[in-house]
Amino acid sequence: MLDRLYKFFTSLRLTVVLLAVGLILVFWGTIAQVNVGLYKAQNEFFRSFFIFWSPAGSSFRLPIFPGGYLVGGLLLINLFSAHLRYYQPGKKKWGIVLIHLGVVLLLLGQLLTDVLSTESMMHLRNGETKNYSEASMAYELAIVDTTDPTRDQVVAIPSPLLTQGGDVTHADLPFTVRVKTFHGNSSLTEKPAEGYTEVKVTAGVGSGIWWRALPHVTKMDERDMPSGIVELLTPQASFGTYLVSGFLSHPQEFKHNGRTYQLALRPTRYYKPFNLHLVEFKHDRYAGTDIPKNFSSRVRLRQPDTGEDREVLIYMNNPLRYAGETFYQASFDKDDQGTVLQVVHNPSWLTPYFACVMVAAGMVLQFMTHLVRFASKRKSA
Amino acid sequence: MKAFYKILPWFFLGLFATEIVVVMLPKPDGELHARDFGRLPVLLNGRIQPFDSVARNALLQIRSTGDVPLEEVPSWKFWHHPKKLSSTDWLLETFFKPEVADTRPTFLIHHPELISELKLGDKGVEKSGLRYYTFEELGPVLGEIGAQSRKAGEIEDAQRTTYQKQVLKLGNAVVLYQRLKNSLQPTETHNFAGLIAEYQAALPAGLAAFRAQQAGGTVDQDALRKFAGLAQQFDALANMAYPLVIPPADPATDRQGWLNVGTSLIGAIQGRPIHPAVGHYAQMAEAYAHGNAAEFNRAVAEYQAWLAPQFAKEVGKGSSEYYFNRIKIFLHATIIYIFAFVLAGGALLTYGVSPNLSESLRRSAYYLIALAFVVHTFGLIYRMVLEGRPPVTNLYSSAIFIGWGACGLGLVLERVYKVGLGSAVAALAGFVTLLIAHNLALGGDTMEMMRAVLDTNFWLATHVVVVTLGYASTFVAGTLAMAYVILGLFTPLLAAQVGKAGSATKLGQALGKMVYAIVCFAALFSFTGTVLGGIWADQSWGRFWGWDPKENGALLIVIWNVLILHARWGKLVADRGLMNLALFGNIVTAWSWFGVNMLGIGLHAYGFMDAAFKWLMLFNGSQVALIVLGCLPLTLWKSFQTPPAPSSGGQKISPVPAV
Repeated sequence: MLDRLYKFFTSLRLTVVLLAVGLILVFWGTIAQVNVGLYKAQNEFFRSFFIFWSPAGSSFRLPIFPGGYLVGGLLLINLFSAHLRYYQPGKKKWGIVLIHLGVVLLLLGQLLTDVLSTESMMHLRNGETKNYSEASMAYELAIVDTTDPTRDQVVAIPSPLLTQGGDVTHADLPFTVRVKTFHGNSSLTEKPAEGYTEVKVTAGVGSGIWWRALPHVTKMDERDMPSGIVELLTPQASFGTYLVSGFLSHPQEFKHNGRTYQLALRPTRYYKPFNLHLVEFKHDRYAGTDIPKNFSSRVRLRQPDTGEDREVLIYMNNPLRYAGETFYQASFDKDDQGTVLQVVHNPSWLTPYFACVMVAAGMVLQFMTHLVRFASKRKSA
Repeated sequence: MKAFYKILPWFFLGLFATEIVVVMLPKPDGELHARDFGRLPVLLNGRIQPFDSVARNALLQIRSTGDVPLEEVPSWKFWHHPKKLSSTDWLLETFFKPEVADTRPTFLIHHPELISELKLGDKGVEKSGLRYYTFEELGPVLGEIGAQSRKAGEIEDAQRTTYQKQVLKLGNAVVLYQRLKNSLQPTETHNFAGLIAEYQAALPAGLAAFRAQQAGGTVDQDALRKFAGLAQQFDALANMAYPLVIPPADPATDRQGWLNVGTSLIGAIQGRPIHPAVGHYAQMAEAYAHGNAAEFNRAVAEYQAWLAPQFAKEVGKGSSEYYFNRIKIFLHATIIYIFAFVLAGGALLTYGVSPNLSESLRRSAYYLIALAFVVHTFGLIYRMVLEGRPPVTNLYSSAIFIGWGACGLGLVLERVYKVGLGSAVAALAGFVTLLIAHNLALGGDTMEMMRAVLDTNFWLATHVVVVTLGYASTFVAGTLAMAYVILGLFTPLLAAQVGKAGSATKLGQALGKMVYAIVCFAALFSFTGTVLGGIWADQSWGRFWGWDPKENGALLIVIWNVLILHARWGKLVADRGLMNLALFGNIVTAWSWFGVNMLGIGLHAYGFMDAAFKWLMLFNGSQVALIVLGCLPLTLWKSFQTPPAPSSGGQKISPVPAV
């Protein structure tokens, strides 16, 4: 039994089958992007063990095809065990071994990236300074204690907790947050409209607003706009239900026990120990056309802890790497007065580079041994 | 007879080489120096180009041809060269004799529904099922075209019906034509020089009257009206004009600051002097409109003399690109490829019948491919120098480069295995890719500027070139597999012995070796190219891999090539299986190259192309058909039958048992 398992996992036949399955998976996952969008297709096809299918109108999920993790994982096992089985010392197969180790590193690196990396955005208008970046998808309910004018104290509730509903408490909060309703994507209006219901709140800006829940968006350039109703209460009493929404551009303020708080549903923030100030965004075009030639952001980087203070130019194909994060020129405001930087934290960003070097070295080695063998054969012939 | 066989290849090589030399020799200008005009530099699409390129790319967009035939000759009368307007001739008319240009059959409409919708069925001229219309004929329906194309323009690209796409294309063509007509002078003007003089004379009084009006003083209404009328006309010109034809006034500080005639004239209001180039163009306009060739030539020469000291670089760019346009180098390469393919086919088919003739034909094909490769390389490098870029910058140049790479590989194969197959593959690949490139060129300027993220010669030279070579080699392997299936099924050739006595192998086995070697090559290139692409993505977007459609396309090719190699190493397939896998490689590569762009999503998308989609499907269908044929039992294969085909008189073909 073990023997057969061993043979199965080490066979080249399995390699070929897995590659064929991988081919179908990649093709399918690409086509699917047309309908469900890049992000969702990635999660469903490549960052999963199985692709599921649900019959229309039911919540029953049937695994119908292996996903990226399963195919990649099996390929890894196959690669490793095949090398254990077929490796013969002194057979001058170092090239092959190196190539495959490189591929293993590449696959593992991608897995690490999937698990460890976070991506966020930093939107800066000309002259603006920020010490945080924002998630492009996820939201958080932030409750900010602004009583101390020199320091804000933030408690943020991530959206999965909001989706769950129920009561949320935190040591730094003298009250409980009760999530009464939460829609992952929604639409608001100031007039009654078909499909919309009136928002019922006792405090804040929510009264006189109608809302409706929407399905999650799939297009790459659109995002969900969540809304919800939360109640703030102590064991003694409730002190108001509020509408919170991604549509509300300003936080709502309230007082409790003599302290001032702000309440806002906003894109999840990632605070940094340094800040960036946008000196100038530039959008160069080719003469006489609207074809963009270059986008660049001149930013001032200040790190209060070390006293570091310098100007950096971020432009296409030339990101800023700083403190384990990389800032890329990603987008810009329509009026050319603001920039959007993509902020990537990826501890394993170097693995593909190492993998490449290994594979390249393996290929050169393999090629050289072939060449030498070929040449010596010719000589002896 | 032996001498004849020996001379034949050299004869073909000499013939085509002479043709190329003749094409490349400088040509004298006509009585009217249209060529000199065609070389003049202008700025369009962000790059310096000659008037001729403006004309050619506009014509390609409007008419899908590079010139305007003045008489229609049936295609089968290929020896009869119809009279035609060259691109520059047509542009001169459009600029300076618009009333004549309006009567030229310039607008191509080939959508029957659109023709009947616009009630144009009884108008226009027809050639090979396509209908061409003059601007005059379109006159009564211009409003309709404008309205319909605006409506179609509001719909998202991927959602448009063929009709909507066609009407949008026609609408754009009409707008482009009208802009061209209003590029050097207002269309309705017959004395532009006079108009400018009038403007200059009216300017001081007009400006004074304008200021007086602003200040609320007494206004010279006549002067104001006259001045405002002219200024409005020039303002319209400034908004309509297509290429920027007026060089920067101060090239030392701003070399990119080209203007159009209208903007330059309007600038006079702010006290800037009218640029001398405006005067030169007005003279050309006058002379051309009156048919005065001597005067026109003098005006062009004077402008050239004015340009030469300050704009030497631009003038040089203009004339070298003009030369490139004129010699149509890729067209001539295509012709040689077709001829070489016929010769290589002849060599294969006569292999068993007349070995000497076959060898002579094979040699002829080989020499011609070598010549075509030189011509192709010349064109490729010329383009690179013109653009100042590595070879592949867009879909058009990727076609040229894939053809070049495939042709090079085919030549190497032919050198190693002297059976004519390498030449046939090289010729077919060269011909098909150049044909694809020709069709892609119909979209407009093929040397457009690179959008921000692509503006990096380093990554264009490494990632793009390597990945494109991966495409090329996968196609070569697939093409060889096509040859294997077709020759194997319908001829006894796969069983023929090839190579020198002693080390001779059967052609079928030789093909197996060739395909295997090329798949190794393809795997190497596509893998390296894809990884380089990942590194580029990491440098510019912050992720090595993002499952973007174009990335996935490249990955599919890598997976497929690696799969073929492992299947072969694991002895899961022999020669025939290898061929069927390589055939499927054609589908994978074609999809990655074109199909991905048809999805219309992702960072790499170039937009939807329906015509290409149809062809892609046809190609894929043909490959599937070949795979089905390739799976037929070997007893049906002529190459593997016993006894051998009775007609084979050649001593090289020996009976072989079924494999």
